[in-house]
Amino acid sequence: MKRRRSILLISVLCFGYAFLYIPIILMIIYSFNDSVLLPVWGGFSTRWYTTLFNSEEIWSATLLSFQIAITTATFATLLGTLAGLALARFRRFRGRTVFTGMISAPLVMPEVITGLSLLLLFITLQQLIGWPGNRGMTTITIAHITFAMAYVAIVIQSRLTGADQSLEEAALDLGAKPFRVLIDITLPLIAPGMVAGWLLAFTLSLDDLVIATFVSGPGSTTLPMLIYSRVRLGLKPDINALATMLIVIVALGVIIAGYLIIRQQRQLERDRQLAATGE
Amino acid sequence: MGHADKHRIGDLLQRNWKTLVTALPFIWLLLFFLAPFFIVLKISVAESLIASPPFSALLDWSDGGFPSMTINTDNYAYLWEDELYLRTYLNSLKIAAISTLLCLLIGYPMAYGIVRTSGTTRYLLLLLVILPFWTSFLLRVYAWIGLLTDQGTINDVLLWLGLTDKPIRLMYSEFAVYVGIVYSYLPFMILPLYANMEKLDLALNEAAGDLGAKPLTAFLTVTLPLTLPGIIAGCLLVFIPATGEFVIPDLLGGGNVLMIGRLLSSEFNANHDWPVASAVAVVLLILLVIPMMLYHRVQSRSTNAQPSAETA
Repeated sequence: MKRRRSILLISVLCFGYAFLYIPIILMIIYSFNDSVLLPVWGGFSTRWYTTLFNSEEIWSATLLSFQIAITTATFATLLGTLAGLALARFRRFRGRTVFTGMISAPLVMPEVITGLSLLLLFITLQQLIGWPGNRGMTTITIAHITFAMAYVAIVIQSRLTGADQSLEEAALDLGAKPFRVLIDITLPLIAPGMVAGWLLAFTLSLDDLVIATFVSGPGSTTLPMLIYSRVRLGLKPDINALATMLIVIVALGVIIAGYLIIRQQRQLERDRQLAATGE
Repeated sequence: MGHADKHRIGDLLQRNWKTLVTALPFIWLLLFFLAPFFIVLKISVAESLIASPPFSALLDWSDGGFPSMTINTDNYAYLWEDELYLRTYLNSLKIAAISTLLCLLIGYPMAYGIVRTSGTTRYLLLLLVILPFWTSFLLRVYAWIGLLTDQGTINDVLLWLGLTDKPIRLMYSEFAVYVGIVYSYLPFMILPLYANMEKLDLALNEAAGDLGAKPLTAFLTVTLPLTLPGIIAGCLLVFIPATGEFVIPDLLGGGNVLMIGRLLSSEFNANHDWPVASAVAVVLLILLVIPMMLYHRVQSRSTNAQPSAETA
């Protein structure tokens, strides 16, 4: 009875992971396909990688996307950390309901609505105060900061709510000023959350197509916009090569992070065992 | 600047840091998140004009003194009268609902399976769910074109197995859109479910079994109610964005699948009808406001009441 259930669970897991990974694996395999007609195998070749590296269009779009993603991640982490701090540590302040609503809404808001509304804001602002003159990098960055900071805020908030507040309270009781407590105790506590939030904001910005398409102007093409304009017309082997490179980079990052987490976990278990036997 | 001044600034900062911490993100969100919605609302009741910008002003100052305000509900009437919009809204809700259900049917047993493992295996399985989440959404949708086209992998396999003698048309259909949405949003279902199940004592389920409950009864009366918060969070995280999805219906559904995100985008970018596009957005927002508020409640309850459940 029990064994039958575990066989069922294992087959569900196998099916689920096959569903998640087969398309990606096939996409990687076809990036080494010599044939121009993509679904037909024409032998092994790395020529699409050469095409990719020689494409100036791809390089400039990648550069723009990285510039936007780095600026976005930095500002989103700053603003998101402040927001998370406010949500987790200040029980009551004026406008809290509106504030929490504005933090959780961007997580689920359909991108077409966010994109359209921000574009209309930028156009209205331009008519009223003459800024922003050109839409492009600045407007895309502002749009990305706005939705990315909500994610950072949630990460920081959940870290702070999970953490023990007694350290901060003890410091306050011992006469430390609230500002010092924030710098000396709260900040180190949320530092890992800030790193995670930065990476999350970076990825979200690098990945966004819909919002960037709405708020960008002529001449500012981000990497997803370039990819989209090509794949709309069907399969493109050099995009497979690009996808492979991106996936390898991300996978390496995640594997390294995962390895570090597992090692930390093991160390923790070992420490716990030591503590238990020590008693 | 003298020493004393510096101290005074320090004291000022000290006294007001609470306000500062809150005010910066608050003002940013008011300006770039909340204000834009009012502009959309405003333009949705304007008249469309062939001009730049292509809509009439809400406030007319030409009378001198008091401005006269004209609210034009024609755009909304147009949405109601033109059958295309109604059908598109209903179709989007239908596709989002069915995709959510499919995600739940696949994601629930997967999350349950992951929780039942332990140690390194559990971390590895969880990592494999998160990994696609960190890679490009657009490229993951693109990957399916290679499987679904007439000469794609699925048709190759079907032909090779002799199940069909000519390729089946899979691309540019509702089927392709379902596959794309379920595939892209599956991690959003699994992660909240996992976070919820991780905290539960799944041994309760076995206890119920030991006490003589049938597996189905044990599941329905013990496991399901306990995992309900995870189910609700996961379903909302899939349903709400899927309703307004643009990339998946555009790449995999083409013109054959009616979805509101795609219609809004073409109304705006191809037809340049900003007031109608704004009205489409407002109605979509109204449709999603209840699920969004529900999500907000689930979200704030889980981050305030329980210890952290960081998964991403």
